[in-house]
Amino acid sequence: MSGRYLRIAVVVASLVVALALPRVIYSVLALDILLWALFAMSVDLLVGYVGLLSFGHAAFWGGAAYVAALLARDLRLAFPLAALAGVVAAMALAIPVGYLSIRRRGIYFAMVTLAFAQMLFYLVNELRGVTGGENGVQGVPRLLWGVSVSRPGDFYYAALPLVLLGYFAVFRITRSPFGHVLAAIRDNEARAQALGYPTPRYKLLAFVLSAGVAGLAGSLYAIGHGFASLDLLHWTTSGTVVLMVVLGGTGTLWGSLLGAAIVLFLRDQLSSVTEASDAVTGAILIAIVLGFRRGLWRSIAALPARAVTRLARP
Amino acid sequence: MWRGLRPTSINESMDLGYATLQVFNGLVNGAFYALLSLGLAVIFGMLRVVNFAHGAFYMLGAFAAYLLQLELGVGFWPALILAPLAVALVGIVVERLLLRRLYGLDPLYGFLLTFGLALLIQDGMRVRFGLQGEPYATPAELGGSLSLGAIAYPAYRLFVIAFSLAVCVAVWYAIERTRLGMVVRASIERRDLTRALGISVDRWVTGTFAFGIALAGLAGVLAAPMRNVSPTMGSEPVILTFAVVVIGGMGSIAGAVVAGFAVGVLASLGAIVNPALENILVFALMAVVLLVRPAGLFGSLEAR
Repeated sequence: MSGRYLRIAVVVASLVVALALPRVIYSVLALDILLWALFAMSVDLLVGYVGLLSFGHAAFWGGAAYVAALLARDLRLAFPLAALAGVVAAMALAIPVGYLSIRRRGIYFAMVTLAFAQMLFYLVNELRGVTGGENGVQGVPRLLWGVSVSRPGDFYYAALPLVLLGYFAVFRITRSPFGHVLAAIRDNEARAQALGYPTPRYKLLAFVLSAGVAGLAGSLYAIGHGFASLDLLHWTTSGTVVLMVVLGGTGTLWGSLLGAAIVLFLRDQLSSVTEASDAVTGAILIAIVLGFRRGLWRSIAALPARAVTRLARP
Repeated sequence: MWRGLRPTSINESMDLGYATLQVFNGLVNGAFYALLSLGLAVIFGMLRVVNFAHGAFYMLGAFAAYLLQLELGVGFWPALILAPLAVALVGIVVERLLLRRLYGLDPLYGFLLTFGLALLIQDGMRVRFGLQGEPYATPAELGGSLSLGAIAYPAYRLFVIAFSLAVCVAVWYAIERTRLGMVVRASIERRDLTRALGISVDRWVTGTFAFGIALAGLAGVLAAPMRNVSPTMGSEPVILTFAVVVIGGMGSIAGAVVAGFAVGVLASLGAIVNPALENILVFALMAVVLLVRPAGLFGSLEAR
């Protein structure tokens, strides 16, 4: 099978899975998986394709969630418009944060993004009049120009096109000429600069696009659950999404989907056994970092080749 | 972060006494920033690991003091020595079992690992002790307050400032001016050469990590009488300390200490305008420093 047909087959298979998912697991968890996967892809876009590990993406996921939730509740905006507003807000926020953060790299970039996200956390907590402080924004309606999507099962299918659009955008970005410049920056920034690419501008644009994708996911998450709360902005959220990316394998995008599915499914299953979900997240992360750094997706992708070499042996 | 003393009336907030009060509150905050960022700097220098679990070890230090008091009746003064030692033991296990496997890799892996560790420790303690904080009594010798001209200030807080400063100076002296510090610095700068000279660098690495962790534990013991001892008490300080470290630059020991105290005082003075601003100001300061001097105030080069 040639690469092109294989790709079409993968896309069709994924579509079938996406459509059938609410029949297999309950639709709230299904939508959570798709949205966290989109969120994880936005992080992977930065860490896997630009080499910048953002530890503050909760700012864009949570920030957009608040904007979308407030607009949907107070202006009774249809959810696609509220989500769009969330995306715009996340990207606007990403301009100053990105501009300052990309002045550092490596571990410092992670610390700076983390700090800015925490700053937003405090701000949102202090602006109680608008954001509801500890209570968050509650009672967010799911509106779609007169069509009822208030049942979670219906909302899953209503939100699906937007989610798929988000996936498509990320895949498209990484495979575009722009994405190739990003990869060149990741591999050797000095060389990319020597070739005449204004690397800070590329990095900033990638950061803003990534924030927009995270914002789309966060907006839909808030509307889907009917509320936006402070823990969407908390640093554990930033860490959890990084865990998903690393678990799946950085720079693969599909790995993000896999990572999100596994983490959320595990948490869902374990929630009846233990209440220590953060501890579980932490333990998984330690295990991955120690023994499984290339991630699941690459390991699975390597399986056929390994099987072939094993068969070839006498 | 470490909530300072608040004025009793609106009028009072306008006068010089309140400004003085805030300077001292800032120095108290700075005392904690300095101890925590000093530990981070020492660990980063030797291991190239940004220890996300620093806040968790700080919390463990406070819990160690609390449990020593509760189970064995050990008071504050012995706990000031024993609790950091206990936390340092945990640090040794962590370094030997976990961090050791990551040397030579991208520092981000160390960051991720210690992040996982922070979640594990914090959530584990939450399951065991619950979220509600436990009070810890101020040592009787430091119960009252001292008069500082216009204001009276709690003796315990003055002790925290002086003690933290003394520890910071001692650490600086030990690393920059003694033979022991020479070995540590040599291990940092020329690891292979130091090893060739017959010094067991691995053991020094473990020791340095344990020492940095002990500093976090010490900060935790000092914080115990001021705050409730609770599993989440370290989750905010660690991120504020990261901001302080970015402001100071991870390069130097002195930088960590000076930046710690300076940020504490500046943020507290900003809190005169609006108390809610205090933590936000720390991050705003970080933004300004990134804009003007991306390497940090005392950082010289981009340490990857």
